[in-house]
Amino acid sequence: MSIDAFHRCTGVAAAMLRPNIDTDAIIPSREMKRVSKVGLGEGLFAGERYLAAETREPSPDFVLNQPEYRDCCILLAGPNFGCGSSREHAVWALKEFGIRAIVAPSFGAIFANNCVRNGLLPVTLAQAQVEDVADWVLDAPANNHVTIDLDLQRLVAGAISVTFEVDAGARQMLLNGLDAIALTQTRWNQIADFDRKRRESHPWLYQQESSMP
Amino acid sequence: MASTLFDKLWNEHLIERQDDHTDLIYIDRIFLHERTGSIALESLEADGRQVFCPEQVFCCMDHIVDTYPGRGDDTTMPSGRDFIVATRSAVAEAGITLFDLGDPRQGIVHVVSPEQGIVQPGVTLVCPDSHTCTQGAFGALAWGIGSSEAEHALVTKSLRVQRPRTMRVRFEGALSPAVSAKDMVLYLIAAFGASGGSGYAIEFAGPAVEALDMEARMTLCNMAVEFSAFTGIIAPDDTTFSYLRGRPYSPTGDALAQAENYWRSLRSDPDAQFGRELVIDCADIEPSVTWGTSPEHCVPISAAVPLSVGSDDPARERALRYMGLAPGQRLSGLAIEAAFIGSCTNARLSDLRAAAKVLRGRRVADGLRAICVPGSMQVRAAAEAEGLDRVFIDAGFEWRESGCSMCFYAGGEHFGYEQRVISTTNRNFESRQGPRTRTHLASPVTVAVSALRGCITDPRDFL
Ligand code: SF4
Repeated sequence: MSIDAFHRCTGVAAAMLRPNIDTDAIIPSREMKRVSKVGLGEGLFAGERYLAAETREPSPDFVLNQPEYRDCCILLAGPNFGCGSSREHAVWALKEFGIRAIVAPSFGAIFANNCVRNGLLPVTLAQAQVEDVADWVLDAPANNHVTIDLDLQRLVAGAISVTFEVDAGARQMLLNGLDAIALTQTRWNQIADFDRKRRESHPWLYQQESSMP
Repeated sequence: MASTLFDKLWNEHLIERQDDHTDLIYIDRIFLHERTGSIALESLEADGRQVFCPEQVFCCMDHIVDTYPGRGDDTTMPSGRDFIVATRSAVAEAGITLFDLGDPRQGIVHVVSPEQGIVQPGVTLVCPDSHTCTQGAFGALAWGIGSSEAEHALVTKSLRVQRPRTMRVRFEGALSPAVSAKDMVLYLIAAFGASGGSGYAIEFAGPAVEALDMEARMTLCNMAVEFSAFTGIIAPDDTTFSYLRGRPYSPTGDALAQAENYWRSLRSDPDAQFGRELVIDCADIEPSVTWGTSPEHCVPISAAVPLSVGSDDPARERALRYMGLAPGQRLSGLAIEAAFIGSCTNARLSDLRAAAKVLRGRRVADGLRAICVPGSMQVRAAAEAEGLDRVFIDAGFEWRESGCSMCFYAGGEHFGYEQRVISTTNRNFESRQGPRTRTHLASPVTVAVSALRGCITDPRDFL
C-alpha cells in the first residue's frame, strides 16, 4: 500500500473556526454507503454543504461552496477539530475533496492519527495564530495563498510566518509517504520476541474460552 | 520509582521506543465491528497481508444491524446488508471469532467484551471505535483507533502510539440520590470543556469511583473520549475481580490465582505523580442534562440554558439555534417527543433496572415515542428473566433486540426532523440521532422520568 508523501503545499485556505467540529459533521454516517475507502468526497460536510441531502443542492452559505474556495487545499479550523467518532472516513473524505493540510489549535487524537496514516498533515498552532491566518486569507481568499512546508516545519501566509511542531515519527511517515505497517514489519524480530515472552509471563491471556454458553 | 496505573500498563506493553514521543506498543486484544471491520479486513486482503493472531481478535455485529424483533441481515440502513455480509465472510476467512446476529452473545462491542471476560485488567485492547475507552473500567489500556491503525494492529499485533500524559480525576465524597456515573462524567466535561482531557490518559479515582459497580465504572470511562482523553482507566479491585469470575474468557483455576495476583499489582503507587490532577466534590453533582450540541453544553437539570451566550460565541449560538432554545430558558419542563434508553454508555442491566424502577406501574406521556434497546442479548435475557421487559412494555416502551440502534443515524431509522429526544447515549452532535434531531443527554433514570412526564424532568421529583 502506498501513501502520498507530503512535503509542501501552497494554495487556497478556508476557515471553519468554530470549536469541536466532530467527525459526524465532517462525514455523516449516512454518507458512508459502501464497504470502501473511496467515493466519500461528495459526502464531506454533507450536513451543512447541501440544502437537502437528497437533492445535493449546494447551500450558498457554506464556505467550501463559494467560488473563491473551489480549489481549497488547506482548512483552518477551531479547537478539537475531528473529535468524536473514530471513523477514518472523515480523513478519506477530506482527502478526496482535495484537502492536504488542516491547521487548528488542537485535534481529536484518533483523527490526527488517521490524518498521518493517509498523508494528510495536521498542523497545530495557537488559536490566535490560526485566527490571524484566517483574517489575512479572508481579505482575498482566492489570491491570499497559504504555504505549509513540512520540511521546514513552517507556515507562511503573507507577512505571517510561523514554525510548528510535528512529532518526529509522524513527520518521517508523511515526508516519505511511509506505510506504517511496512515500517513496523522491520521490527518483526522484536515483536515476535515480545510475544513469546508474554505468552510465558501471562499465560492466562492465551487460554481459550473456558465455557461456551 | 513510583508509577501510575497508566505507567504500569504502558511499560508492560512497550516493545521498543521509536522516538521521543512514540512507542511501539504490544496489543493483546482487538475488536472489530461490521461498520469498519469489513473495510479493514478487505483492505488487508487487497494488500496481501494476514491477520497475525486471529484467536485474539473478535468482531461484533452491532452498528448497523436492525434492532426490530425478528430482524435479519436486511437493515433499514441503505446498503447495510452489504456491510453485514462482507464482514461475515471476511472474519470467517481470517479465522476471527464473530458475535453474529442470532448468537445469544451478540450486542454492542463494549458491552459484549466485558460480559464475555475478554477485556481483563492489564491488557491492551483496541477497536476501530472511539468508545473503546469504556473498557478501561477494568484497569485495561483500551482505546479507539482508526481503520488504518486497526489494520496495523491486526497484522503486527502492535501499534505505534504517542505516549499520552497522565491525569487523575478524583471524585471525592459520595453521590446524592438520583445522581449516577453519567451525571459524574457530564459534570466533569461541563466543568473542564469537551477538550479538557486532550492528550491525557485519565485515571478515575477517589471514594466515589471505588464505590461504583463495574457497569457504572464503564459508563464513566465510556465518555472519557467526549472529554477528548486518549482513554479513561480505573484501578482494578475486588469489584473488578468478582465481576470477571466465571465469565467465558476469564481465567480459571491456578491461572485465575496467578492473574489476580498480577492484577492487584496494577494500581497506582501511593506517591505516583500525575501530569495533572483534578478533584471534584460529588456533593456538587446534580442530575445533569445537555442543552446544546457538544457534551460540554451541559447544566444541572434544575438550571437554565446559560445566559452568557452572545455574539462573541458563534458556536454556542449555533447550538442554541439548532436546539431551538434561548439563553435563560429552563430545561426542566421542556417538552420532548421521544425518549431513548440504549447504547454502550447506558444500556446494561443496572441501567435498565434504574429506569424500570420508576417506570413500574406507570405509562409514558401520550404520543411520546419511547424505545429501550438493551446493550446486548445477554442483558436483554437477564432483564427478561426478572420481568423488566414487561415493565418497559407496559409503560409504553418498545422493547428491542440489541445493537447501537438509534445512538447514531446511519441513513436508516431515526427520530425525525427537529424532534426533541432525551437519550442515555453519549453524543448530542448535530444530526447524530437523525436529520436535525435535537438530542439531550442524560442518565437512564432522568430519561425514564422525562418519558413519563413528556418533558425534561428532575428525577428527584420522583424520589
Ligand atoms: S452504542 Fe453508539 S457510541 Fe456505542 S459503539 Fe454503538 S454507535 Fe458507538
